[in-house]
Amino acid sequence: MADRTRPSGLFKNVNAKIASIPMILTALCVFLGGTLWTVVYSFTDSKLLPRLRFVGLDQYERLWSAPRWLVSIENLAVYGVLSLILSLVIGFVLAALLDQKIRFENTFRTIFLYPFALSFVVTGLVWQWILNPQFGIQHIVRSLGFESFTFDPLYNADIVMYGILIAGLWQGTGLVMCLMLAGLRGIDEDIWKAARVDGIPMWKTYLFIVIPMMRPVFITTLVIITSGIVKLYDLVVAQTGGGPGNASEVPAKYVYEFMFRAQNLGQGFAASTMMLLSVAIIIIPWAYLEFGGKRRG
Amino acid sequence: MTSVLVKDVSLNFGAVEVLKSLNLDVTEGEFIVLLGPSGCGKSTLLNCIAGLLDVSAGQIFINGKNVTWEEPKDRGIGMVFQSYALYPQMSVEGNLSFGLKNAGLPKDEIARRIARAASILQIEPLLKRRPAALSGGQRQRVAIGRALVRDVDVFLFDEPLSNLDAKLRSELRVEIKRLHQKLGNTMIYVTHDQIEAMTLADRIAVMKGGLIQQLDAPQAIYGKPVNRFVAGFIGSPGMNFLEGRLEPRDGQPRFVADGLDIPLATYAFDAAGFRPGPAVFGMRPEHVGLNSGTGWPFSSATTVEVVEPMGSDTLVWARLASQNFTVRVSSERAPTVGDQIVIGFDPLRASLFDADTGVRL
Amino acid sequence: MASPAVFASSAGVEPHGPRPRRAISRRNVIVYGTLLVVAIYYLLPLYVMVVTSLKGMPEIRLGNIFSPPVEITFEPWVKAWATACTGLNCDGLSRGFWNSVRITVPSVIISIAIASVNGYALANWRFKGSETFFAILIFGAFIPYQVMLYPIVIILREIGLYGSLWGLVIVHCIFGMPILTLLFRNYFTSVPEELFKAARVDGAGFWGIYLKIMLPMSLPIFVVALIIQITGIWNDFLFGVVYTRPDTYPMTVQLNNIVNSVQGVKEYNVNMAATLLTGLVPLVIYFISGKLFVRGIAAGAVKG
Repeated sequence: MADRTRPSGLFKNVNAKIASIPMILTALCVFLGGTLWTVVYSFTDSKLLPRLRFVGLDQYERLWSAPRWLVSIENLAVYGVLSLILSLVIGFVLAALLDQKIRFENTFRTIFLYPFALSFVVTGLVWQWILNPQFGIQHIVRSLGFESFTFDPLYNADIVMYGILIAGLWQGTGLVMCLMLAGLRGIDEDIWKAARVDGIPMWKTYLFIVIPMMRPVFITTLVIITSGIVKLYDLVVAQTGGGPGNASEVPAKYVYEFMFRAQNLGQGFAASTMMLLSVAIIIIPWAYLEFGGKRRG
Repeated sequence: MTSVLVKDVSLNFGAVEVLKSLNLDVTEGEFIVLLGPSGCGKSTLLNCIAGLLDVSAGQIFINGKNVTWEEPKDRGIGMVFQSYALYPQMSVEGNLSFGLKNAGLPKDEIARRIARAASILQIEPLLKRRPAALSGGQRQRVAIGRALVRDVDVFLFDEPLSNLDAKLRSELRVEIKRLHQKLGNTMIYVTHDQIEAMTLADRIAVMKGGLIQQLDAPQAIYGKPVNRFVAGFIGSPGMNFLEGRLEPRDGQPRFVADGLDIPLATYAFDAAGFRPGPAVFGMRPEHVGLNSGTGWPFSSATTVEVVEPMGSDTLVWARLASQNFTVRVSSERAPTVGDQIVIGFDPLRASLFDADTGVRL
Repeated sequence: MASPAVFASSAGVEPHGPRPRRAISRRNVIVYGTLLVVAIYYLLPLYVMVVTSLKGMPEIRLGNIFSPPVEITFEPWVKAWATACTGLNCDGLSRGFWNSVRITVPSVIISIAIASVNGYALANWRFKGSETFFAILIFGAFIPYQVMLYPIVIILREIGLYGSLWGLVIVHCIFGMPILTLLFRNYFTSVPEELFKAARVDGAGFWGIYLKIMLPMSLPIFVVALIIQITGIWNDFLFGVVYTRPDTYPMTVQLNNIVNSVQGVKEYNVNMAATLLTGLVPLVIYFISGKLFVRGIAAGAVKG
């Protein structure tokens, strides 16, 4: 009776399964497996080579009492909060300006976005040069007669993160602008018309009508920027190398140093697990809102 | 008294002429429908009246005041949009009051106006809700309310019912008509739906290519279309068109085509009168009689090719002078395919058009 | 200011035609002024790179970084390309450039091939569990790379590719997969299902439909994927540092080593020439691709 049924089970749709093997391997072995592996080994005392000798929370205790790690966290927090706020604000303002039916819109957009095409290494090195106190901005302002003018963020431990921030914003704001512009373009033209008929001034229309309508765009942008901020590494390496001293150290760099330089794998694993944790705190609520909400709607 | 006057208004987007020196005179309290296919400029004209688009040339007057350079809010208009354009993050009450608050009206005045609009539109129970929690029909009511609270003389509707399903559309259509009767405001209403136009309008402006083709009462537009475009656009099912020639015979004007010979003694020609030449003969399917005796000035025998039942009526497809010809009959009297039938009509109800220009003769 | 004549004539006549607008209104000054200032800020680094790379060292020491070169020299470019030193190697950035080419080309081809077929399977041939794997993949895009760095070292060491160019190619294929798969899946989902059904009724199978129907009609999305991958892989630094050895370093890593090396006198002009050289490939792609790049980052924004 059942001799003419379709192939079932494993062999059903077999081509699609073959085509998905790389994805399945990546998802299971690297993303899931790799993450679990690192989390598990962060509880061991692995040094040069990974080994399964569990020491409980030792690595984490050491991590949170290491001044270098604490500096990294503080730096990342300062950089993160400022770059989040500034890139959202600047990106939105630029997008709103570009949305005024202006001439040369494409030219301006091309200019604002090109740094995003560059490597962080390139960005870091250019700004290292521009912020060079001997030849760069400080030198020029001084040569204009302001002899006591000081602007040497890359050589001043107190403000080095702001120097990196300038470069980071230069590279990243274009992306935010693009996302915001897409969001603005998605707003129903009739809303603008209705607000005009109602006599609402433009700034109020943005503030009370358009921005609230763009909440999903803001949230998505927020998630994207944040997960980028946590990965901050190349820029710091290129621009300051973590210096002066350890003043511009960041977590991603801490991880790299301990895994591949200091041969203290356990510390590296613990630090990277902390990074994972911080991303999870952002991603999980977002994913819940984004995807959990849809299922209900 | 004139309420809205559009004088020689043109609008160009670059090299494209969207409105071509257009004139429109709307009387106070009148309900004008701008009707036409998409791209005919009807919404553009409405946006010009609202001040949402700058005209390239010409003037616009509202209540005797030249408002050509005024901001929309200062023109004394309220507008309702196809997509409702409600502010999604505000409650219904917030939507209604936002513009008024912004204009600096006192609180009790705002409350009074909202209460009045809500009672007219019967949306009192919805005032605290967000637009997302409303049905399409309710949203459109709120959108109308937003125009209502502005206490203006002129209402502009930009295809307000196009996003609704058929049943709701006919319900709200009646409500808009009721609203107009109650308020007596001037209303200018854009639509591509001829039923909305016929049922609502005091006068319809049929538009095409940036020009008003015909501006007249619905019955006049239906009965005496000024050109072939208007004749074909108004009426459903569409008017029959037969191509042929006008010829004088036995001292009488006749329409002749491939074995067909229609006497036009009863047809009212325009001022220029009858002139021979190629022409198009138009006749509405509902003005044709089927097997209904010999009382018609013209009748002809033919065969039924296709029958389309439409509920109460049935559309019968046959051929006249080897051209398609439809007859609308009540369904009880519908013939079947292959039947021999006799169709008859009175040329008095016909429309004749110039074959080249399409202008009514 | 607009000519006073306009106002004089319009004062007497009724308003007609378009609203009179002054070319230099307050609004325009604010809008264009802000955009212009910001545009200058954005262009400045590019300008500084170019002028610095065309100056000789004596001129750099004397002048300021914004002044155009008095005497244009291409010496720094030649030096950056052919003789700049990293450690003991003194054959310039050219080595890194060719390494990057050897890494980028296969990575781009393989990753796009895998992801497009995979996205097609996810869009049109769903099977039990396919959405779950896809969800893991997308979440994987948000996991900090640092978490997976070492496990991949182990995997690569096991298959004997640690430190080689091919090892890095595999890494790029892995980390490019979430965004590319998402891109292709969304694209193929938007293709009308009737087309797919019609092809099935006509007897085409999994590969037949992919090759004969989906592939020819999805050229734009392949270009978008190409842009994302070329710029992404070319600009990578972290994976290059971790998974290659000095003689297989990609261009970005070598650039960093040249510029930030502590030995010798700093040659800023050579450094800037080297930096520009490294940025040239993505910049060229950016300026050629225009709108498609924007579409790419809109889709690729998830990559972060």
